[in-house]
Parts: sequence; structure tokens; C-alpha cells
Amino acid sequence: MITLFITVLTVLLVSAGLFFFLAASIGFLRFPDLYTRMHAVGKGDTLGLLLCVSGLALYNLFDNCCWYGFVQSVKLVSIAVFWFIASPTATHALLRSAFESGVTPWTKDGTVIIDKTGDGARK
Amino acid sequence: MQNFFLGASLLLCFFILLCMYRGVWGPTVFDRVIGAGFVGTKTAILLLLIGFIYRRIDMFVDLALVYSVLNFISTLIVSRYFIKKGVHLHQ
Repeated sequence: MITLFITVLTVLLVSAGLFFFLAASIGFLRFPDLYTRMHAVGKGDTLGLLLCVSGLALYNLFDNCCWYGFVQSVKLVSIAVFWFIASPTATHALLRSAFESGVTPWTKDGTVIIDKTGDGARK
Repeated sequence: MQNFFLGASLLLCFFILLCMYRGVWGPTVFDRVIGAGFVGTKTAILLLLIGFIYRRIDMFVDLALVYSVLNFISTLIVSRYFIKKGVHLHQ
């Protein structure tokens, strides 16, 4: 009974993670400029990895139920915690770099709302 | 359960192929960097799933941990490099 419950929960968590990866991939292909693409990837990436890794850690904890299995589950959770901190940091650093390099945001009618298109270098 | 992990891995490979489009033909260099980072994240998940398929998760969990750390550091270093160097956009 508990095995069936854990299996169903793992399938649900990993499928939810794959759904968020799919949504992030579609956003990455379809959005019009760099900042909106970065928005889609930076969120879908983090949440998809978090859901997938938590599902796998739960499955591993009940699949090999010994001390080593517990240590491996802790390592899996540490991947999720590290990426939950690291992915927004990397996205923010990349966005700052793109903004200072002169990539302008997209608008619907093509008007420039931030005028940084000069020499493209840091002042 | 092995069949579910195999199907999830194949689906993840398909998503990696979708992202390789922007990674190769992206309009700016930052699109390529985001594409590389996204493919790296999905590769870390793929390594974990391969470990569960082969029942060698004790080895593959360390590989996935190191892969995610390297992915983060490479994205950070590339962004610092382009802040210093400046990018000439010809769009």
C-alpha cells in the first residue's frame, strides 16, 4: 500500500517537472526577445528541476531503505537546494550583462523605451 | 518503474533537442548562453534518470551534483566576461 502510494507520488512529481520543462522550452522558442525568454527559462528551469529531483529523492528513499539510500536522498535534495539558489543568481547576472551590453526590450509597436543603443559599452 | 524512467528520459531528450534550436541559431549571444544553461540543467536530470534506470544512483548522483555546479559557474563566468568585453550587436 505504501509502495503504491510512493510510486504514484513519484510519477506525479516527475511528470509535473517534465510539464514545467515543456512550458519553459515552448516559451524559450516562442517569446519575442531576450528578456522574455530569460523570464520563461529562469522560472521553468528552477521549478522543473525542483519537482523532478524531489520526486526522485522520495522514490530513492523508499526504494533502497538503508543508510546509503538516505545519504543519496540527502545528496539529491542538496542538488535541488543548490539549484534553487544558483539559477536565479545566474539568470540575474546574465540579465545585467545583457542590459549593460545594450540589448533593448521588445515592445509591441516598436518604440524604444530604454535608450541604451549607443556604443553598447559600459559607461 | 524502469519503463517510466525510460519514457521520462526520452521526453527530456526531446526537450533538449527543442532548446538546441535557440542554442545554435539564437539571435544574440545571450540566447546561446541561456540555451546552454537550460540544456545543462536538463542533462543533470537526465543523469539522475540514467542512474535510476541502471540502478547505480550512488555514482550518478555525484555526477549530477558536479554537473549542476559547473553549469552555474560557467554561466556566471560567461556573463562576467561579456560585461567586461561588451557585445557588438548587429541585429
